[in-house]
Amino acid sequence: MSNSTSNTPEKDHKSSYRAEERRTLSSGEEEFFFDVKTSDMEVNMGPQHPATHGVMRVLIRCDGELVTGSQVHLGYLHRCAEKIGENVEWLQYLPYTDRYDYLAAMNNNLGYSMAVEALMPGLEIPRRAVLLRTINVELNRIASHLVAYGTYGLDIGAITPFLYAFREREWIQALFEKICGARLTYSYIRIGGVFNDAPPGWLKEVGHFCDVFEEKWKEYRDLLALNHIFIKRTAHVGVIPKDMAIDFGLTGPMLRGSGVDFDLRRDMPYMAYGEAYEAGAFKVPVGSGEKGELGDSWDRFYVRVEEMMESIKLVRWCLGVIEDGPIIGEIPKVIKVPAGEAYVGIENPRGELGHYVHSDGGKVAVRCRVRGPSFTNIAVVEELMPGTLLADSVAIIGSTDIVIGETDR
Amino acid sequence: MIQEQADAVLGHPVHPDSNVFVRILEWLPLPEIIPGWVVTFGGVMLGMSIFLAVMSVLVMFCVWLERKVSGHIQCRTGPMYAGGWHGWAQSLADGVKLLLKEDMIPKDADRTLFWIAPAIVLGSIFGAMVAFPLSYDWWFGRMDLGVFAILALSSTTTIGVVMAGWASASKWSLYGAMREAAQVVAYEIPLGLSLLAPLFVLGTFSLTEASAMQSGWFGMKWAIFTNPFLLPAFLIYVVAALAETKRAPFDLPEAESELVAGFMTEYSGIRWSFFFFEEYAAMLLMSVLGAFFWFGGFESPLTGALRASGMEDTSLVFSLVCFGTVLFKGFVGIFLMMWLRWTLPRVRIDQVMTMGYKYLTPLALFCVLGAASWEALQHLIFS
Repeated sequence: MSNSTSNTPEKDHKSSYRAEERRTLSSGEEEFFFDVKTSDMEVNMGPQHPATHGVMRVLIRCDGELVTGSQVHLGYLHRCAEKIGENVEWLQYLPYTDRYDYLAAMNNNLGYSMAVEALMPGLEIPRRAVLLRTINVELNRIASHLVAYGTYGLDIGAITPFLYAFREREWIQALFEKICGARLTYSYIRIGGVFNDAPPGWLKEVGHFCDVFEEKWKEYRDLLALNHIFIKRTAHVGVIPKDMAIDFGLTGPMLRGSGVDFDLRRDMPYMAYGEAYEAGAFKVPVGSGEKGELGDSWDRFYVRVEEMMESIKLVRWCLGVIEDGPIIGEIPKVIKVPAGEAYVGIENPRGELGHYVHSDGGKVAVRCRVRGPSFTNIAVVEELMPGTLLADSVAIIGSTDIVIGETDR
Repeated sequence: MIQEQADAVLGHPVHPDSNVFVRILEWLPLPEIIPGWVVTFGGVMLGMSIFLAVMSVLVMFCVWLERKVSGHIQCRTGPMYAGGWHGWAQSLADGVKLLLKEDMIPKDADRTLFWIAPAIVLGSIFGAMVAFPLSYDWWFGRMDLGVFAILALSSTTTIGVVMAGWASASKWSLYGAMREAAQVVAYEIPLGLSLLAPLFVLGTFSLTEASAMQSGWFGMKWAIFTNPFLLPAFLIYVVAALAETKRAPFDLPEAESELVAGFMTEYSGIRWSFFFFEEYAAMLLMSVLGAFFWFGGFESPLTGALRASGMEDTSLVFSLVCFGTVLFKGFVGIFLMMWLRWTLPRVRIDQVMTMGYKYLTPLALFCVLGAASWEALQHLIFS
């Protein structure tokens, strides 16, 4: 622009344009492009923004409503969880595991306990403890997916499903409160078993919850997942093809939403899952591209919705086979773990939650490393963002269902 | 001709040469010594305060209703404590809270525009409300072209919104403002076109006359029953009105999960409440306008019965019934808007634009043509 107003002589004006603004046609004629370009705008989505589900910051470069690039900044909620694991005793670290994925604290307890148990070969976990663990972990999965369901609705603009989902989640939390006294950070699953037996009537109430939830689940599915506007907003948005999902190391509903049939509960069974799967107690829902294309946001969302139902079936199966008995194995007051290292991955509601523990035979771990599914899954967001609209970027972040406590740990 | 028809239906001119203010002044026992200009000035002031009070109370009732409706839709109870009975004073309490809040203006904001924007928004929407007659006998401002006044003034709020978004010096606010501009420009056309259809049927731009034209059939000769093209026109009107009032599923300008709070992000306290007021006032405006042009305005079987019993259109009871009827119809519309808001997700900006330009505008044109042809056909056959 400045060139055209400067005192350049008339005959020279052609050379004052940049090369990309000039083109010589085949006729020898010169053509100029006077394309008005607007500069891109950089917006900070976060650290305090409703779409980031916590304190994450996504730096978005926008051309109007169109997103041309993005960068995810993590670490606002870093609490040195892994370092703490190297400084406190084995059992003392358990409450810290509650805090990284605070929506699925039971799963975190289980993952850490199983990693430690893997280093203790003589330890046997009683059957009642195994089943209680399975029931609680699955209930926690439902609670976590209910939050995912509700908050995704919020991201898309539907506020009411969120409150419906929280009503059922409240019931699950009340159940947890009855069995372990806590509503969010349970520390219920201990190394060697669980710390408290189910109070009288608790298992019956869980059964009642399953009956009620089955009915509600149909309503929830129809209200949000099969809503026409919702489908229009999420189908064909943020498509992750199969090989891309594998390349990014995605796990959990993110991976299964892309059509990869992989679930640690079935493929590397732990606790009562192997037995339950053989008994046909649950299936592994996989995205099918039913409403859009395979691996879009709707598929990922719907995998979560279906998993809630599968978890209900699993809980039902556990309630059928559970018997009285001890709830914790032979565990000394001060745990000393034999020297060695172990990695155990379990299927968290968000994907594979891995714990790597390294013991030198003492009371404290030498190394305690966590492989968080949210941390791995969030990496794909940067890849999905360019070329979408601003509203889509919210839908994409929401569909990853991250918990910032776990990405940052 | 329409004026004559409407007059014939009612048996007296639809616009008596007096408005609410003049009536009140006539009713007050004023001594003769007060000069005329004082009376006029006092009348204007009094009228303005009455008008603002009536409309503010209605809007506050809308806010309370929204809380209750959303509460019950979401298995909650909504406000229950303020004021005692079902939290009726919640809006008042909120108003006091907002008045007492610190008045924050961001450092980089354009202070003048930031200051003016809420005033424009609120002023224009209340200005548009002046065009509403309260009954056949009561009105605030005499408008033969009431529809034009309402459409023009209610669109002016967009200027205030864009101003607010620009002045806030926040990127999210700017997004909200741009979305509002794009959306309102896109939906102004189908809104106006869909209103044209009942205008053809009723043959008048005046709301009082429109209501009078629908007074046949024992108060049930509502425009929507007289012409088959008015139903699709009304559906288009509903969608366009939702978009005009920034209500879900078209609440993109303030999309709280995307743009934090859109153009209102940087506003707080009483300035923020002006935008909030505008939203509910606009809802009331659109609902009542729809009631006037599709659903009989003041007319209902109740007014039909009163008229059959020989009651004068200008009597106090009849006026109260008219006011109640049109308010009831308006609140049915508002309830519908609230119901939609608490049920549906939000659409995306490209979907909003596609729907406005590609579908609603041609459909609205079709409805206008259809309604006009139907009227012409009726005219040819029955006369």
